[in-house]
Amino acid sequence: MSTIVSLPDQSTARLPKVSYLNKEYGLKSWLLTGDHKRIAVLYMISITFFFFIGGAMAALIRLQLLTPYSDLLAEDTYNKVFTAHGLIMVFFFLVPSVPATIGNFLIPIMVGAKDLAFPKINLLSWYLYVAAGIMMLCVLTFGGVDTGWTFTTPLSTHYLNTNVVTAGLAVFVAGFSSIFTGLNFIVTIHRMRAPGMTWFRLPLFVWSHYAASILMVLGTPVLAITLVLVVLERTIGIGVFDPTKGGDPLLFQHLFWFYSHPAVYIMILPGMGVISEVISTFSRKRVFGYTAVAFSSVAIAVFGFFVWAHHMFIMGISNYSALVFSLLTMLVAVPSAIKIFNWAATLYKGSITFETPMLYAFGFLGLFTIGGLTGVFLGSLGMDIHLTETYFIVAHFHFVMVGGMLMAYLAGVHFWWPKITGRMYPEGVSRLAAVTTFIGFVLTFFPQFVLGYLGMPRRYAAYPPEFQVLNVFSSAGATVLGIGYLLPLLYLTWSLKYGKIAGPNPWQATGLEWQIQSPPLTENFEKTPIVTHEAYDYEWLANKTKNEVTTVG
Amino acid sequence: MDSHAIAAQTAEPAQLEHEHPAFLRHHFENVAQQREAATFGMWLFLLTEIMFFGGLFCAYLIFRNWYYPAFVAGSHTLHIWAGTLNTTLLIISSFTMAMAVHAAEVRHRTPLLRWMIITIVLGCGFLCVKAYEWHDEWVNHHVPGLNFSIREFTHTNPAYPADKPLAPDMAEKTQIYYSLYFVMTGMHALHMIIGVGLLTILLIRARAGAFTNGHIAPVENFGLYWHFVDIVWIFLFPLLYLISRHQ
Repeated sequence: MSTIVSLPDQSTARLPKVSYLNKEYGLKSWLLTGDHKRIAVLYMISITFFFFIGGAMAALIRLQLLTPYSDLLAEDTYNKVFTAHGLIMVFFFLVPSVPATIGNFLIPIMVGAKDLAFPKINLLSWYLYVAAGIMMLCVLTFGGVDTGWTFTTPLSTHYLNTNVVTAGLAVFVAGFSSIFTGLNFIVTIHRMRAPGMTWFRLPLFVWSHYAASILMVLGTPVLAITLVLVVLERTIGIGVFDPTKGGDPLLFQHLFWFYSHPAVYIMILPGMGVISEVISTFSRKRVFGYTAVAFSSVAIAVFGFFVWAHHMFIMGISNYSALVFSLLTMLVAVPSAIKIFNWAATLYKGSITFETPMLYAFGFLGLFTIGGLTGVFLGSLGMDIHLTETYFIVAHFHFVMVGGMLMAYLAGVHFWWPKITGRMYPEGVSRLAAVTTFIGFVLTFFPQFVLGYLGMPRRYAAYPPEFQVLNVFSSAGATVLGIGYLLPLLYLTWSLKYGKIAGPNPWQATGLEWQIQSPPLTENFEKTPIVTHEAYDYEWLANKTKNEVTTVG
Repeated sequence: MDSHAIAAQTAEPAQLEHEHPAFLRHHFENVAQQREAATFGMWLFLLTEIMFFGGLFCAYLIFRNWYYPAFVAGSHTLHIWAGTLNTTLLIISSFTMAMAVHAAEVRHRTPLLRWMIITIVLGCGFLCVKAYEWHDEWVNHHVPGLNFSIREFTHTNPAYPADKPLAPDMAEKTQIYYSLYFVMTGMHALHMIIGVGLLTILLIRARAGAFTNGHIAPVENFGLYWHFVDIVWIFLFPLLYLISRHQ
């Protein structure tokens, strides 16, 4: 396997004397920092923590479903476990995953700025996340919540005696953390670009974050007011969603999915940005159809706001609106397909190498395509009635969210790890982890498509015995998947001290972030860069580095 | 414009670039960029606020269409004088806030403080009137979930003798009207309380001499927020108080 890694001579290589990591020391310098890079690291630590809590919940679910009977957990405990898994993974891992960590770290550097436009609001966003996280942990400690992550009314408002109010408020607060991140990105991308950094010289990573930020800023407030109404209905007893007072539970569904469908694109779009960067770098080619990929991100953001009712086809919306929403759902597949085709065309005749980020990116391409296409199945009205509320849905969104977004997140973490820490991760074991993740993932979730198609409903603690074989496959796969996720935790931590010194540009990539030292200075650039080349211009890079002697230290 | 032109244009030493006032944050190139970024951020934040209230207005629209008689009857129980008084207070406070921004622009500290104080007083006045109204509704058993009674709506309202009493099932639907009334005015009042709190902080800083040294962005952006909260009320007042007045 050929590689393009160009590390400095390891016998003489030293980390830079001054970087954002060692400019200041002590806990206070981290907790009161305004530096987007440090906040990104704080976010990375906190979302990893919640990822493994959510993962433990997933492990419990898969253990429970190993047998057809509810013999490990009581039924209501099972409800609490899958609710906690959903809430934590969606609101505390997937939504902030790429934007708040990698995006936070890179967007100012990619546009050539010293920091995000509002560093204090950025820090506030992290504190809101932590506050929401603590509320969520309180919910788990004091008896859990069993509404499902969707807070469906009137179940959540009338029929449950669990911590719905605290959980709702936790999501409300986490939502504001997300709004502030999105707002910061939009202002930074509009107002902080370096001289010469035109919109069409921005890396596609920035474009996809811009689109996701629009969704965060416009969608999240609607979720916030919806949760306020649910909380008021539980505490005071106002009746907006209560049929006995004339309220309408379907209105809750409309308002909730008005956010929560775009939230799917909040989760996936930043991942698509990572994939654009990784695929371009490891096939040494400009992303094919740059403009199309850039605009397809915006198109996904726009279409994403007009498809929400496809979550409600069986809930009694009118046939005509179901028809329109079905059509719009098919339309949103078009910009996603544009991206997939353009990435495939980028690979065509590229000088492809198979470093770990690229392996994850290939995983993304395959799994996201399956997840996306099954989404089109579910968007067609007849199929949806058969498949909705079955494991087919579960498999579909796990292919998109885990197979797509989590693969993209891990691709991004590996790709930018040398930039964030200044050290390389160990290549061999990380390739193994990437392959393990892929195998484990397919083994876990592919059987669920079959199970769902055969009619196994989701959210039940028990199932008919004839479904056991496929469930055992799925649980076995989950074990492999768990190992695939634990490995990076171990070797990335190991590499913090023992990894090879990376140097500024180990991948010979073209982005602005690769032209500065690793880890970067607190203000990113020694002087404001003047951009004269397009993104992914490998000839420019070759000319620039032709006579350059790499010095580190 | 090609890149060289942009580079040349920005690299040209604009007057502002050599000015390095204390309030210029380290990550901005110049004062103009900082001010533009802050204002743009504020507008975006107001956009999120529109979406926040948008969910409520959407619910109002739907339920008003479904339960028209209940919404008329509910609307008839509100004190139109209180709503009008509050609207007046808010419009005047928007004017005084605009004057405060102007005072900051021309760097006059005393008028700035004076206009800010008047704005705070008007904001508090609004909240007092609102509190009086809520108390009144509590006394009349109009709070859904806590002490609601449909008695008043199944009989003719003496102030509107032409109104027919509602059938009991429609009278129940007045709860939806009051739910929306309390959530909408409550969320608006919450924004007012936050606004008065922020303005008090700005006032303390302005007393110490901030905002009259050319750094007006906080006052200016707070002004935007204040006007926004005002505009929300400008929509709430007709929707809740006026729209069914002559039916």
